[in-house]
Amino acid sequence: MTIVPDKIEPAPGAANPSEAGVSFWSDARRRLFKNKLAVFGMIVVSLLAVLCFAEPLLCPRVVGFTYEQQDLALGPMPPSAQHWLGTDILGRDLLARLLYGGKISLLVAFCATLVSLTIGVLYGAISGFVGGKLDMVLMRVVDILYSLPFVIFVILLMVFYGQKIILLFVAIGAVSWLTMARIVRGQVMSLKQREFVEAAHALGLSRRRIILRHIIPNLLGPIIVFTTLTIPDVILLESFLSFLGLGVQPPHSSWGVLIKEGAEVMEEYPWLLLYPGLIMALTLFSFNFLGDGLRDALDVRGSKD
Amino acid sequence: MPLLTVNNLSTAFHTRNGVVRAVNGVSFDVERGETLGIVGESGSGKSVTCHSLMGLLPTPPARVESGSAMFDSVNLLSCGRRQIEEIRGRRISMIFQDPMTSLNPYLSIGEQLMEPLFIHEKIDRASAGKRALAMLGEVGISDPDQRLKMYPHQFSGGMRQRVMIAMALITRPDLLIADEPTTALDVTVQAQILDLIRKMQGELGMAVILVSHDLGIVCSVCDRVMVMYGGQLMESATTAEIFHQPKHPYTRALQRSIPALQPKGGELHTIPGAPPDLHHLPPGCPFAPRCGQAVDYCAREPVGLRETAANHSTACLRVQRENIAV
Repeated sequence: MTIVPDKIEPAPGAANPSEAGVSFWSDARRRLFKNKLAVFGMIVVSLLAVLCFAEPLLCPRVVGFTYEQQDLALGPMPPSAQHWLGTDILGRDLLARLLYGGKISLLVAFCATLVSLTIGVLYGAISGFVGGKLDMVLMRVVDILYSLPFVIFVILLMVFYGQKIILLFVAIGAVSWLTMARIVRGQVMSLKQREFVEAAHALGLSRRRIILRHIIPNLLGPIIVFTTLTIPDVILLESFLSFLGLGVQPPHSSWGVLIKEGAEVMEEYPWLLLYPGLIMALTLFSFNFLGDGLRDALDVRGSKD
Repeated sequence: MPLLTVNNLSTAFHTRNGVVRAVNGVSFDVERGETLGIVGESGSGKSVTCHSLMGLLPTPPARVESGSAMFDSVNLLSCGRRQIEEIRGRRISMIFQDPMTSLNPYLSIGEQLMEPLFIHEKIDRASAGKRALAMLGEVGISDPDQRLKMYPHQFSGGMRQRVMIAMALITRPDLLIADEPTTALDVTVQAQILDLIRKMQGELGMAVILVSHDLGIVCSVCDRVMVMYGGQLMESATTAEIFHQPKHPYTRALQRSIPALQPKGGELHTIPGAPPDLHHLPPGCPFAPRCGQAVDYCAREPVGLRETAANHSTACLRVQRENIAV
């Protein structure tokens, strides 16, 4: 995963003067919108997000059922005009539960992304840039957090602070930045040897400014790729915790929980696995397309022009 | 009073395989507005000297062991990071060997040009933009307003070096350190870049330290030349003196190695042997093992620059004691 290959590509902008008159971000936006898969990913992700977060409004009025409304007499029913995606074993509407579950799953993804982007990137960048003893100490802290058995860590959290959804976010946030910090540190250590960083020193820039303006922008590629890999990871992590009874508890749900429940009864009621699985797959694909598109768009030497 | 006075600078790298003494007791002055050339082969300590002055060496493994470098009553070697960040890029600028990698690929040329202005002069974007535009024109880049918005990969090597020069000079520094500014460029561009440095020097009245391994380049541009070998100064004199009356056997050997100065068809002259191992420097003259004129005391007794003629100092013990002739 190299971000800045040392090859120099022919200058696309030199031949095309119209490209020269734009700033970095509008240039990047233009490249992003030219990438059809990325636009598709962006639309799907935002649509799903809007639908899921509008669930309290949407479910009673449009779907006609809330996520916790049971109909034990009805039981599991295949998709029909009334229940578009069918019902689960307790007769709850699957679509409503999917929308509700999406809220939790997307929040988990958002939280993990935020934490790994802020803490992970800054921590890794400082550690790699300063080096020496500080790097040693910071990385040992990461090693220690890495080696904590995650499940025990979560159980301890739950034992001390009670079973709250917020703790789920804390737990996932606590682990999601570790790998990011390591990746960023490694990249920074190689970047800081580069001549333009030395040139920045020679221009009298402070270390803070060098990290923020010269190092981190050069890390966008690996950061974005790794973030798109983190999102599916944490969504699955959440379902694993919920499976152990440490995460989301009934009647609340998440995509991970729905998939787990569906997998238990997949031979009798396949739609209970099929639809959550499809939605999850669609989301993850969309995130990946969007991530790939962002990476290409933010690479100013974008060869796809 | 000279602009920069370097006294007894020694820099060593403390590596796992021992201590590499890259610069050993180098002393020199730079006057306002003059061009000082530093020549020497690879590993002679030219770059380390400049990087030490700018505080750009990674510490560890590098360490400035001794010496002082007084720049306007500030000792560059011992002042704090704040103070040196104030001086770097504002009063002393530096350009590097490889313009291909010295610019940040993710920032537009304009952003990078304005950066020194933002940090050192704290001016607003509009006026910084104007200065950047003017500077880009100064260094001979056509269509500067279009070019400001482009990225380094859209520039050729020579143009990037022009941008580097523009970046270094936009704050009108008193001293420019050019660390082999033309080594990575092809010959026609080399001449243009040297001309540009000379032209900018004339306009801004700054002093220049030009580091090169090419005696020809140094002689064509500089007022004064210092020859380095094995981390020590071998000879220091005006360009004309070095060129016409080199005293030190190393300088003479270097000069004989310039193919253009030798009769055509003859065998090319080389200096036998290899540069000294900086892990174990001999106690005496570092050049003694390769020197045709060396006598027994050369390898034993420490050497140092001493003036042997007006404006001409040499470190050769035989020149100092016996005044051996060419």
